[in-house]
Amino acid sequence: MKGLGETFGSGAMTNDFKSIKEADVLFVVGSNTTETHPVIGSWIKERKADGAKLIVCDPRKIELAKYADVYIRHNSGSDVALVNGMMHVILRDNLHNAAFIDERVENFEALRKVVEEYTPEKTSEITGVPAELIEAAARTYAAGPNSAIFYTMGITQHQSGTDNVRSLANLALLCGMLGRPGTGVNPLRGQNNVQGACDMGALPNVFTGYQKVENADVRSRMSGLWKCGELPAAPGLTLVKMMEAAGTGDLKCLYIMGENPMVTDPDTNHVRHALENLEFLVVQDIFLTETAQLADVVLPAACWAEKEGTYTNTTRTVQRVRKAVEAPGEARSDWEILTDLANRLGAAWEFKSASEVFDAIAACTPSYAGMSHERLDEGPLSWPCPAVDHPGTPNLHVGRFSRPNGKATFVPCEWKEPHEWPDEEFPFLATTGRILYHYHSGSMSRRSAPGEFVRELFIEINPKDAEALHVEEDAMIRVTSRRGSVSGKAKITDRVPPKMVFLPFHFAEAGANVLTAAVIDPDSETPAYKINAVKVETA
Amino acid sequence: MQGIDLTINGKKVVAEPGMTILQAARKAGIHIPTLCEHPALPVAGACRVCLVEVEKNPKLLTACSSPVAPGMVIHTHSPRVLEARKAVVELILIRHPLDCFSCPSNGKCELQEVAYELGIRDSSFKEEGDTCNSYALEDANPFYVRDMNKCILCGRCIRACDSLARYHAIDFQNRGIKAMVQPPVGRDLEHSDCTFCGQCVQLCPVGALSEKASAGQGRPWELESVKSTCSYCGVGCELNIQVNRKTGRIANVTTDYQSPTGINEGRCCVKGRFAWQYVHSEDRLTRPLIKENGSFREAGWAEALSVIAGRMNAIKEDFGSDAVGFFSSARCTNEENFLLQRLSREVMGTNNVDHCAHL
Repeated sequence: MKGLGETFGSGAMTNDFKSIKEADVLFVVGSNTTETHPVIGSWIKERKADGAKLIVCDPRKIELAKYADVYIRHNSGSDVALVNGMMHVILRDNLHNAAFIDERVENFEALRKVVEEYTPEKTSEITGVPAELIEAAARTYAAGPNSAIFYTMGITQHQSGTDNVRSLANLALLCGMLGRPGTGVNPLRGQNNVQGACDMGALPNVFTGYQKVENADVRSRMSGLWKCGELPAAPGLTLVKMMEAAGTGDLKCLYIMGENPMVTDPDTNHVRHALENLEFLVVQDIFLTETAQLADVVLPAACWAEKEGTYTNTTRTVQRVRKAVEAPGEARSDWEILTDLANRLGAAWEFKSASEVFDAIAACTPSYAGMSHERLDEGPLSWPCPAVDHPGTPNLHVGRFSRPNGKATFVPCEWKEPHEWPDEEFPFLATTGRILYHYHSGSMSRRSAPGEFVRELFIEINPKDAEALHVEEDAMIRVTSRRGSVSGKAKITDRVPPKMVFLPFHFAEAGANVLTAAVIDPDSETPAYKINAVKVETA
Repeated sequence: MQGIDLTINGKKVVAEPGMTILQAARKAGIHIPTLCEHPALPVAGACRVCLVEVEKNPKLLTACSSPVAPGMVIHTHSPRVLEARKAVVELILIRHPLDCFSCPSNGKCELQEVAYELGIRDSSFKEEGDTCNSYALEDANPFYVRDMNKCILCGRCIRACDSLARYHAIDFQNRGIKAMVQPPVGRDLEHSDCTFCGQCVQLCPVGALSEKASAGQGRPWELESVKSTCSYCGVGCELNIQVNRKTGRIANVTTDYQSPTGINEGRCCVKGRFAWQYVHSEDRLTRPLIKENGSFREAGWAEALSVIAGRMNAIKEDFGSDAVGFFSSARCTNEENFLLQRLSREVMGTNNVDHCAHL
């Protein structure tokens, strides 16, 4: 999000789903789309069957690789080099869109200078990919006429995550693949309402609609609308920093709504220590999760099917969520709980329904100003939707970018070695991720039909490594990093390259995140889940 | 665009170029029964139920696959059509058990509807030995049940897998009375390319495929459909939660391929369609809990909230606003996220609020 915000002026997915049907080239990088976003995966396969070209880059031989015109199995953590190498070829062969750059992009010379070094030969050395594949990918992408980029956590969950995103943005700008259907840089966001949580200002530095807390005018407008006193001006701590502060005792109280950091956050042992170190922990959730068990007070919340509200999807599209059944026992909607608590803490909130809360959002958020539950009952709306008669905005950056001067900018990046790399003691690289059948900490999916289908942790390992370790299918293996150790059944498959293991992170009793480091991308503070040096043994 | 003039059952109809007879009839509000046809799927022309008579055409034509032509005079319910349609349905019924009262599809079965419409009670072609309905019930996976005795070989499931799910996990196997829809030879469904998105289940016109968790949860006519948005990944599929008001419970989750508001165009995955039972899990939290001496005890809302308010105020007073932090959630609604950041900023006076955007 940060990478796109800085280059284009807005951090969201640039195009809508319909746009996929107009793409001539689909460039999927660091996204196991058919498992993490299955419906988008089906559209990508459909478009490919209808004649589009497909480029897939992923160290794991994911399902989409099967359909790819160009499949690149690059070394984990070499994304910046790979994309720089592609841009080198595009510039060398004059395949870039000079008119687009001239009219709409700044800082071209700086980009040219950085990518000059990334010859196919040098890129091949860093990425482990044959030079001709890099050339083929570059030529295919540049040829378009409409090329669209899709990426997920395989790009962002690295220490260099923001640079990875910047590089993809550079590539799209270089070839003018923005601002029309069938193009774009499209981060496929993992969670149902991660876009919405960001839009709503559940971030330490911004109010709703990315209005900065440091801006005094914004603060005074907000306090006027909310009829409250002065609002704090200094950006707060991020999630990872809050966890650190809890560990050191600087943070005394944490209020957690609907998250399970004991399973989803990096370095589980550190998380446990941090949460136990707090003076007061409140958890508001639908189950007594691993995190809730550590709380001083637990509040029962209504779940998805039991409440009214809205989610904002990965294409910035706001949609209604509706109550179908009653919440069990005394469980209440989160918005009711929060209103009640705020009033006990001295506020005077008068919300009587989720619809009234939404009206308050629209009042202080320009990009949501034209929306209401009433309008959304007629159908979804994509932001920006600044007025009640505005139809919403499915495609961003048509004609101008959201930066102040209307132009985008190249932010050239150099490839840097990852924070941790396999060595003699820890010769394997472990990467974590989601599988089709489960979702995050598994508190929902494991209590539903998929929980019976995939019951326990499996660890993907290449046949060569399995043979060397004398491991057979379903035998227990143990994976150990500098942080911790976890065991699971071996799944022998060439989906992973040699010297790599893959672990889904949904299983609390065998949590993959005991392996991961709380190493973060310094720009976006995203944990580097995708790279962990480990050793693998029979258990 | 020049319209195409037709006559259907004596009524003048203007069709658009490229339309089939079926589409033109539907546009004009004229009903032609179908089985293998579904608007979300490519045309197959397999079941022959939609046969119509077109004047000057020696043979009856399948309305679903025949394009309109200028001046066509079409009869959808002539005696000749009805006789043929009845024969077609009775032929299908040779190998279809009539245990409708215990069938999960009772009330939404399209074969049942067509038979009812044509006044058919049973097949007059049935003879010993010409059926093949002794397939074992397949219920090895937790998502859906296959009862191949009820399959009418319309192929909708195969087309759903090919054109919607895009897996091609199943296809026709064998010929004649042994023809059946199966995963590749030597593999069971659970070890095939099937990813259990269940689109085939929803599009099955009969009871050959049914959702496992929905068994006994309510008849189709008892269910109220509540349109909502899926709570798993960021695609935001529109889902219809099927609620049985008698039990107060979810009976099923479906999608609508014709929905004008669904950005997923009816498509979905295994989690959207089948991962809803957690809603009614015994493990759900139902009362606030307060920890005392290391273990939880149940409490009322008033007590729990006043404990929280008291402790948070005390910590704020002793250590300042920034000693308090809030984790919001990418799983919760916009409204909830909005209020949590207001609670943090406006009420507690700290910008220490974040959520797991990066995980």
